[in-house]
This record gives sequence, C-alpha cells and structure tokens, in this order.
Amino acid sequence: MLGKLSWDAIPFDQPIPMAASLLMILAILAVLATVLLKGWGPYLWREWITSVDHKRIGVMYGLLALVMLLRGFTDAIMMRSQQALAAGDARGYLPPEHYDQIFSAHGTIMIFFVAMPFVIGLMNFIVPLQLGVRDVAFPVLNSISFWLTAAGVLLVNMSLVIGEFAKTGWLVYPPLSELAYSPGVGVDYYLWALQISGAGTLMTGINFTTTILKLRAPGMGYGRMPIFCWTALASNLLIIAAFPILTATFAMLLLDRYLGFHFFTTDGGGNAMMYINLIWAWGHPEVYILILPAFGVYSEVISTFSGKALFGYRSMVVATMAICMLSFMVWLHHFFTMGAGGDVNGVFGIATMIIAVPTGVKIFNWLFTMFGGRVRFTSPILWSLGFMCTFVIGGMTGVLLAVPPADFVLHNSLFLIAHFHNVIIGGVLFGAFAGYTYWFPKAFGFTLDERYGKAAFWFWLIGFYLAFMPLYLLGLMGATRRMQHYPETDWQPLMIVAMIGALFILAGILCIALQLYVSIRNRVALRDRTGDPWNGRTLEWSTASPPPPWNFAFLPHVQAPDAWWRMKQAGQHTSVPGAERQWHAITLPRNSPVGFFISFFAVISGFALIWHIWWMAIIGIAGMAASGLVHAWRIDSEIEIPAEEVAAFEQARQRSAAT
Amino acid sequence: MSLVDTLTTPAEGDVPLSERGPAAVDVVVGFGFWLFLLSDIVIFGSLFAAYAVLAGQTDGGPDGQHLFDRANVLIETGCLLASSFTCGLFSLAIERRAAAATYLWAAVTFAFGAAFLGLELSEFIRMIGEGAAPTRSAFLSAFFTLVGTHGLHVTLGLCWLAVMVAQIATLGFRPHIVRRLFCFSLFWHALDIVWIGVFTIVYLGAAYA
Repeated sequence: MLGKLSWDAIPFDQPIPMAASLLMILAILAVLATVLLKGWGPYLWREWITSVDHKRIGVMYGLLALVMLLRGFTDAIMMRSQQALAAGDARGYLPPEHYDQIFSAHGTIMIFFVAMPFVIGLMNFIVPLQLGVRDVAFPVLNSISFWLTAAGVLLVNMSLVIGEFAKTGWLVYPPLSELAYSPGVGVDYYLWALQISGAGTLMTGINFTTTILKLRAPGMGYGRMPIFCWTALASNLLIIAAFPILTATFAMLLLDRYLGFHFFTTDGGGNAMMYINLIWAWGHPEVYILILPAFGVYSEVISTFSGKALFGYRSMVVATMAICMLSFMVWLHHFFTMGAGGDVNGVFGIATMIIAVPTGVKIFNWLFTMFGGRVRFTSPILWSLGFMCTFVIGGMTGVLLAVPPADFVLHNSLFLIAHFHNVIIGGVLFGAFAGYTYWFPKAFGFTLDERYGKAAFWFWLIGFYLAFMPLYLLGLMGATRRMQHYPETDWQPLMIVAMIGALFILAGILCIALQLYVSIRNRVALRDRTGDPWNGRTLEWSTASPPPPWNFAFLPHVQAPDAWWRMKQAGQHTSVPGAERQWHAITLPRNSPVGFFISFFAVISGFALIWHIWWMAIIGIAGMAASGLVHAWRIDSEIEIPAEEVAAFEQARQRSAAT
Repeated sequence: MSLVDTLTTPAEGDVPLSERGPAAVDVVVGFGFWLFLLSDIVIFGSLFAAYAVLAGQTDGGPDGQHLFDRANVLIETGCLLASSFTCGLFSLAIERRAAAATYLWAAVTFAFGAAFLGLELSEFIRMIGEGAAPTRSAFLSAFFTLVGTHGLHVTLGLCWLAVMVAQIATLGFRPHIVRRLFCFSLFWHALDIVWIGVFTIVYLGAAYA
C-alpha cells in the first residue's frame, strides 16, 4: 500500500537530523499559523500564489533562494566544523553516512535551489522592465516554472525528515548512484526533485529567450538592449540547450534504477563514463547560466555608480556571446583523468583557457568604465569590486586546473573545491547580492540600509578568503574533497582557519537578515519617491518604485542604449502628459492557480515515485493532467485596467515625486 | 514622463524589424514553441548519443541486425509520414475554418498515428518475447529508450490532438485555439524529423553494424 515507506524512514535514532527536521517543521507551522491567524491567506492566494506578474514571481524566487541559502549554509558550517575536529584519531560528531548526505545536499541546494532561483529571480524582476514591456512572453508558464522549482525544493527538504538524501556527491555519479550501490531513496529524492525543478527551469529558458528576442519596447534594437538583458539572453539560450541534456541523463539513470536498464551499470555493457560526459555537457554550461547574468549585474552596477556609460558595450556583448558558445566546448576538463588521451585532453585544456580571453575583456571593460568616472562607493559597487579582485584569482586557478598534467595532481582535491567556490561565491553570489541591493528599491519602494549592507559585504569578503584560501593550500598538500575525517594532524590548523572563515560568512548572512529587518523598520526614511534612487541609466528606473502591475503606462520609445539616461539628458523625464495625451486602458494577463496546482500534484507524484507508491503516483500524474486541461478551457485570460486607474496612478506618482 | 505613445511610432518599413516594438502574439507563441521543439530535439540528441555509444554493447545478447524487422519499420514509417501529410491538410482546413474537413483530417491523422504506435508496440512485444528486453543489454536499453521516447511523444501528440478536437468542438476557432493547433502541427512534423533520424541511425544503421 505504501511502497517502501514505513516508520523506519523517519530517523528517530539520529539526533541531528531529527532536531533539524523538528526545527524546520516548527518554522513551517509557525509561518502557516501566522498566515491563518492574521487572515493573510486570501491575500497571499490572490496577490502572490496565483500571480502571473513577473515582478511578484521574481520576488518569490528571491525569497526562495534566501531561505534555501540558510539551509545550504547550515550544511556548509557542519562540514567545516566536522573537518576542523576530525583530524588524526578523532572522528568528529558526524558519522560518515550523515556526512555524505550533507555534502551532497549542500552542493545540490546551493546550485539548484540558491544560485539558480536567485539568478532567475533577478531576471524575472528586471528583464521586462529593462526591455520596456509589460510582462514576459508567457506569464502563466512563468508561474508554473516558479512553482515547479518550489516543488523541487519541497522534495529535497522532505528528504531530511522522511528517508535520506543522496550520499553520492551533488552530481550522483554512477556506478555509485546505481541501485546496486545506493539502494536507498536518497538518489531517488535527488533525481525526482531535479527532474521536476529542471522542467521548470527549461520553461523559464524558453520564456525569457522569447521575451528578449520578441518583446522589446519600440526602438530597442539589439544594439540598444541593456547589457543585463544580453547576459540574460545568453543564459537562457544555454538553459534551452543544456537542461534537456540533464533531463535525458537523469531519465536514463532513473530507468537504470527503476526498471533495471543498463545505461551506466557495471554489468550488461553499461558505460558509467557516458554519464560523466553527459552530466558535464549540461554542467559546464550550467556554471555560465549562473555567472553570465551576474556579469550583467556588475555591468549595470558599475556603469550606474560610475556615472558613465559602460565602456566597450559592443565588446561586452561579443564577449558574452563568445563565452556562451565556448561553454559548450570544454566539458571534458571536469574529468581529464578519464583517460581520453593526450590529444583530447590538450584540445579541451586549450579550449578552457581560451574562455579566459573574453572574461578578461569583461574585466578590462569594467575597469575602464570606472576609470575617469565619479565612483560612488555604495554597497552594490563594493560587491562588484570584491568580485573583480576575487574572481580574477578564481579565474587564474581555473586556468591552472585547465592544464591537464596539473589537473591530474589536483583532481578531486580541496584545491578544486577552493577554485569553484572562488568563482561561484566571488562571482555568482556576490553578483546576486549586488543585484539584490541595487534593485531592491525598485521592487519594494525603499532602499536597503547601507551600514548593514557594507558590513555584510566585508564579512562575506573576509570570510570567503579565510574559508577558502586554506583549502587551496590543503589541496596542494594532498587533502582530497569529501573527507569525513583525515589522518594528517598537520592539516588541522588550516581546517580551523577555514572554519573561522565560515563563521565570518555566518556573520555576513546575519547582517543581510538584519539589513532587511532594519530597512523594513526604517522604510519611511528610506523611501524612494522618484523611482530612480541611484540616478540610473536603463528603463526600469523610468517607472515608479514599486512599478504598477502594468510597468509602463505608455511603452517607452528607445533611441539609444542607456535609454533612460538619454531621456533624462533630453529633459523628457519631467514632461507631464499634455492635453493631447490620451490615457489608455491596459490589458494584462489574468492570475491563474494552474502553476500551484500542477506543482502540488508534481510533489505528490514525485514523493510517490521515490517511495514506490504506484497508486499515488497515478493520482499525482492524473492531477497534473487535469490541472492542465482545466486551464486549457479557460477563456477569460486577460483583465483590463481602466484608463482612469492608470491615469490616477501616474498623476499621484507625479505629485509624489515633485514633493 | 518621457514615454512616447506607441501610436506615434514611425510606420513599419521605415524602421528595422528589431526596433518595431513587441511582436504580435501569433509570432510570440510560434517562436516560443519553436524553442521548445529545439529543446526537445536536444533530449533526442542526448538519447541518440547514448545509443551511438552503446549500440555495440550487446553483452552477448542479440544485436540489431538479427532483431529488427525492417519491413515492419518501413510500414511504420509510411504511417507516420502519411499522418504528417494529413496533418498538413488538417492545418489547411483550419485555415479555411472548415469544421467538417478539420474533424475529418484530424481523425485520419489520429488513425495513422495510432497505427504507427500499434506497429511499434507489437515490435516491442515481439522483441521482449524473444528475450530481447531492455534489461538484457546496454544496447537494448538504449534502443528501447530512444525509440520508446519517440513513441511516448507520439502518444502525447495523439492525446493532444484529441484534446484539440474537443477544444474546437466546444470553443470553436478562437484565435488562441488556432494558435494551439499551429503548435500541434509543428510538434507533429517535428516528430517526423526525429523519426527520420531513428530510421536512419537505428534501423538502417543496424544493417551495417
């Protein structure tokens, strides 16, 4: 009746997962109770859960990412403390089977459920505003994408309470992840959570590529598109090309595990190295899916706070698209030790090093943008400067790892761990925080507290160096990754330094939480009435903060890159609509609960498939199909905002900005 | 407020395509669906790659040359190509908003698609009966997954076609229904293209393995 599910699935005998589960359940219950007691349910349902507004969806993605950052960081600090303790004969406090789940969950959560939602959230919120349009190409699909991501998050977190998570590392390499060696449900939790959220990500890629290529304000040719939109385009093209490989690869592994196929098994002629090739054919583009939009954020931030147009706009676009193409030609550098031979390794090593060229172009473009500018040292630009220094180091260690003989020595060592945290924290996460601070006033109508913002930056920057520079050294000393304990007591001092670094990062995370709290408390003083708190250059700053549901009362007419800057220079931004200007009624997409329902049933079918509860899986799949069918018969898919409402909003805004 | 009314935009023809503002909804939907099809083709690309790697890994079991009944596959191919042709006639009927012709060509398309699926399933059942199940070897795992994924797409396409006929019957030829029908025909033709790849690489390829 309940497949593999029984009371044994709940880890009553393990205090740490039990305490964590209870804490998580209590937190969820507390949130639900607050919502119910305060009567916020209908509001949340109407304005957020069923919303198809790209701005609301963007905010929800950001919130999801921040919450999951706490979960992923908890895993991180457990690993760092375990390794600080478990030297020589000591075994620390985490048994191997638990430690293995922690490092697998950390990687999975940080990449798929922190970095991805953060980046996709920023794109959701900003891209249509920068393009000067009213929504994405497929607003309902956008809502489905978000809720499918949330469904994946829910499944991963359920594994903490019911059953276990994968003990195989974050990319579940076979043959270890095959049924013969991982008979538990951990790998199944991983696979179904990522299949479901991956489908959502693929839809996001289609949605945003269509939006950027087909829906831009009049006059916005490709040469006038903001650079963040260019990087978002590159990122979404990569999603379309790479995520289907992930889906197909996971499908093959699922067939191996569920139906006894022989894709990657050790018997029957299966080929585990094929999995490694396929997963990195997705995995390498994936890191560019994350970093390219971050590059876009830095470009916007540096240009705005230097008061100058971006240096070398065209070379930036070319560099972005070059990285987009090259990212598909380097996957083999993740496993030079496969034994493909000197020629193949040489080609992939050189292709990898070539990526440093367009990246270097970008670094110089940012430097020359600041050169001769009047740089305002706000926290977004601190994140950008911290990124430039840190990322160059990470890039250089990357070039080092791209040398196959060096990689044979450093492969699977803590040097590698240090390298990719160097580029992902120093690149993606700093970019996400820069974008979060930069665009927060646009989303909520007030700026974030700068003191806590700067404190968060310094804690993160110092914490990063303390936590990961020792790992470079340890890697060179021979320390491998994923060690539950190690015999070399010489390594322990550096492990303790890394642990202290993690504590600094914890302080940085606390500062970000406090910053949010303090800013909400002081929101009246921090209020942005103009819609343009930073003297911005692109169209998102031309509308109100927060923007109305329709974004723009009239679609802007773009005459140059940095369209809003040009309008301000021409004195067009203050012109009150004249008597000849007619306010128009605006048509917007109607809210839809279909995304929520499909994802609800996706969780049910995912959970059922993980535990082999076949009747429940059928109910889940039927529920998804039924939700889709009900939606397919919807006719009134649009609502109309009357011209008077648009006029009233815009006139009130003019008055407010004038005071 | 600098924002110039869209009504004052210069007439088309004076400005490059990329500067004419948001595209019409038909264009947007069609373009988005093309992107989806490309992503679907990447899924097939991965499965083709897996098949190419594993085609020789028979683990002492049967290989394609002895298993495949190429006459049967040729009839299958004929059914699928015929359904693509009738799908074209279906699209023309939709363009004329001719309800009777639309239903007729939908039914013929469905019948050819179902015949294809029946032939494929009978081949699968025969193979499994001969001990050539997907669990037998990596080659057979890759074969059943590649061909089966195509078959799954045809199955979903048939379901979609049935839903679309119901939509025409209940909602009529509304613009959004016609757009969905357009997407369906793109999907159906794309399945043909994938099948040409399957036919060439899997079935013809086995003769030279």
